[in-house]
Amino acid sequence: MMTLAELAYWQSTSLRVVGGLAAVLLMAGTLVYLHLFKLVSFMQSRLGPMETGPYGSLQLLAEVGKFLQKEDIFPRKADRFVFAAAPFVVLMSTFLLVVVVPGGPDAWFIDSDLGIYLAMAVSSVSVIGILMAGWGSANKYSLMGGLRATGQLIAYELPLILAVVGVVIQAGTMNMQGIVLAQADGEIFGWGAIGNPFILTQFVGLAVFLIAMQAELTQSPFDMPVAESELVTGYMTEYSGMRFLLFFIGEFATAGVFSAIAAVLFLGGWYVPGIDSDSNAFNVIGPLVMLGKVVFVSFLVFWARFTFPRFREDQLQRLAWKFLIPIALVNIVATGILKVAF
Amino acid sequence: MTDVSDRQKLSYIAAQAADARVNLEIESEGMTLNLGPQHPATHGTLRIIARLDGEQVIKADPVMGYMHRGYEKLTEVRSYPQVTALVNRIDWLGSFANEVPFILAAEKLMEVEAPPRAQWIRTILFEMSRIANVVLFLGDMAVQVGAVTPVFFAFRDREHILNQMEAVTGGRFHPNFDRIGGLKDDLPKGWVDETQQVMKKMRRFCDEIETLVMGNEIFQARTRGIGIIPADVGLSYGLSGANIRGSGVDYDLRRDNPCGLVHDQIDWKVWTHPDGDSFSRFWVRLQEVRESTLMVDQLLSDIPAGPIMAKVPKIIKVPAGEAYVETENPLGAMGYYVVSKGDLVPFRVKIRSASFSNVSITPWLLQGVYVPDIITILGSLYFILGDIDR
Repeated sequence: MMTLAELAYWQSTSLRVVGGLAAVLLMAGTLVYLHLFKLVSFMQSRLGPMETGPYGSLQLLAEVGKFLQKEDIFPRKADRFVFAAAPFVVLMSTFLLVVVVPGGPDAWFIDSDLGIYLAMAVSSVSVIGILMAGWGSANKYSLMGGLRATGQLIAYELPLILAVVGVVIQAGTMNMQGIVLAQADGEIFGWGAIGNPFILTQFVGLAVFLIAMQAELTQSPFDMPVAESELVTGYMTEYSGMRFLLFFIGEFATAGVFSAIAAVLFLGGWYVPGIDSDSNAFNVIGPLVMLGKVVFVSFLVFWARFTFPRFREDQLQRLAWKFLIPIALVNIVATGILKVAF
Repeated sequence: MTDVSDRQKLSYIAAQAADARVNLEIESEGMTLNLGPQHPATHGTLRIIARLDGEQVIKADPVMGYMHRGYEKLTEVRSYPQVTALVNRIDWLGSFANEVPFILAAEKLMEVEAPPRAQWIRTILFEMSRIANVVLFLGDMAVQVGAVTPVFFAFRDREHILNQMEAVTGGRFHPNFDRIGGLKDDLPKGWVDETQQVMKKMRRFCDEIETLVMGNEIFQARTRGIGIIPADVGLSYGLSGANIRGSGVDYDLRRDNPCGLVHDQIDWKVWTHPDGDSFSRFWVRLQEVRESTLMVDQLLSDIPAGPIMAKVPKIIKVPAGEAYVETENPLGAMGYYVVSKGDLVPFRVKIRSASFSNVSITPWLLQGVYVPDIITILGSLYFILGDIDR
């Protein structure tokens, strides 16, 4: 079988670009339809879109069409270049994130030994985009939203990274494929039927990761930056049409990518028990398995999002610095000790 | 020195002036945030001019009047029966309750008393409009602090109440059902049983809100200790309703001044909370909705038989005089001061609406709070814009 590495550079690059686009857009579309349209509707005792296509499944296309038709409004006093570039910067961080996520033993974009390290590094690029949007809009609500977002994202970067450290210690590698294989080939006290998904040992890390991820995604209860009942929509207030759509795709695609990273780190990534982890079949079913796990993790995200009220900034900063970081540090120490002991 | 054109001179002066303005803005102690008139949190057109230092409010001024419709003046060219159609748009969520004090004032002037059956049904509808109104607050308060789902439950369950209102009055929002000397119609067949079922549903809704919203740690963290109104300050600003009962003042016009309604003939309790913060106002309102459903149940179980309309002339002329009637409406004490010169139309009507007084405390209350808490506090004060501006 021919692998990606044997193709010419331009061929493999174009394949990666198409794959990346498909991964981001399909994932965003799936999450918007499943969670934003349907899950939330059922939670709120309504049906959601039902008219466009079977069960409203074509509503997404209608929404995209609507946004594309809208006028691209620039506020008169906006910093035009910064304002125009901000959504692309935000979306760029999503695309940079998706490249580290493996979909199967050979279905990967890059197979870097620094995979998770790279992911944690590029995930903070979106902060710049959000700050740009907040500043460039020349709007007080946007500015406050941008500043709140920056403070929040920086605060929650740390617990996010610290939660990952436990997994890295246990897996012994930062390579995302390596982490999946460590779980697939792992054994629980000599019993290897389901591998050793790190959710069993790193559940503290998973909890911290999910909470910090919720904050990184600025989803409720950490949606102070976009708090629609006070800041209108925070840094997105002045955006319309195409650029708002980019923010929107970025929001949901990032939710998907972070869910995918959580799935890789804690739920065994593309691996399902019962099939040998070397099997070629995973190149086909691996992406589907990933999608299933992504939908599950993002379900938790959106479940929380539409249930909880939001924290005030001082409260959410306190949560990050006083609870999540100490817990994550204790988790690292415990993982390290147990790693040496066993 | 080279010559400069007038144009250049002017642009230089303009640039200097612009710099001076910028410096002034930088040196001044913060920025001014205009919350409203169009803003998602003010559910209407209230404008709050907030002077901020960072995210802290130095000074906040509410600007009212964007929705002023001149009801006091309009009543002067409407005959007495026509006024109810107008005034039930004041607090549009609990609209039947707006009609009651006006009708009672007119009855007081005419020295007519509605027959017992009419008084009981009036009280039932009065309490149901309180439920319809405050239920929406319970959902809306959650939205103000960021939880979007409870408001859908509120709309869903309010529908039951509105259906019952519609079954009696024909109007979901604007019943226009109260008449001088009684009511327009009697209850439809089977309504009492249906309404008892609805009251059960509303109590279930209260339980749901209690666990989903009030029991939530984040909700409590956002509302407890936020926007504390001490009882004396609240009284001096003329707060009423759940806002003052949330500050521990045991004052309820339904008990203290039952004029024309039959609250004194049933068994119920005035809820107060000693804390005076946003949470206590929410808590008091939740208890009151539950209490109201129990009151309606009691009222439904023994509605007296008899006519629903007293003997009043076909063309209503109110004798000269002045009367003031105040009732405990969903938003607080609402009163009408009616001056009659013996005409078909009132000579002057002064409407004392609860929200106007309730909002007047905001400059005092919002000093020193953070921007997110502005929204929490405004939400917990619970005003209806139509009730502020009239």
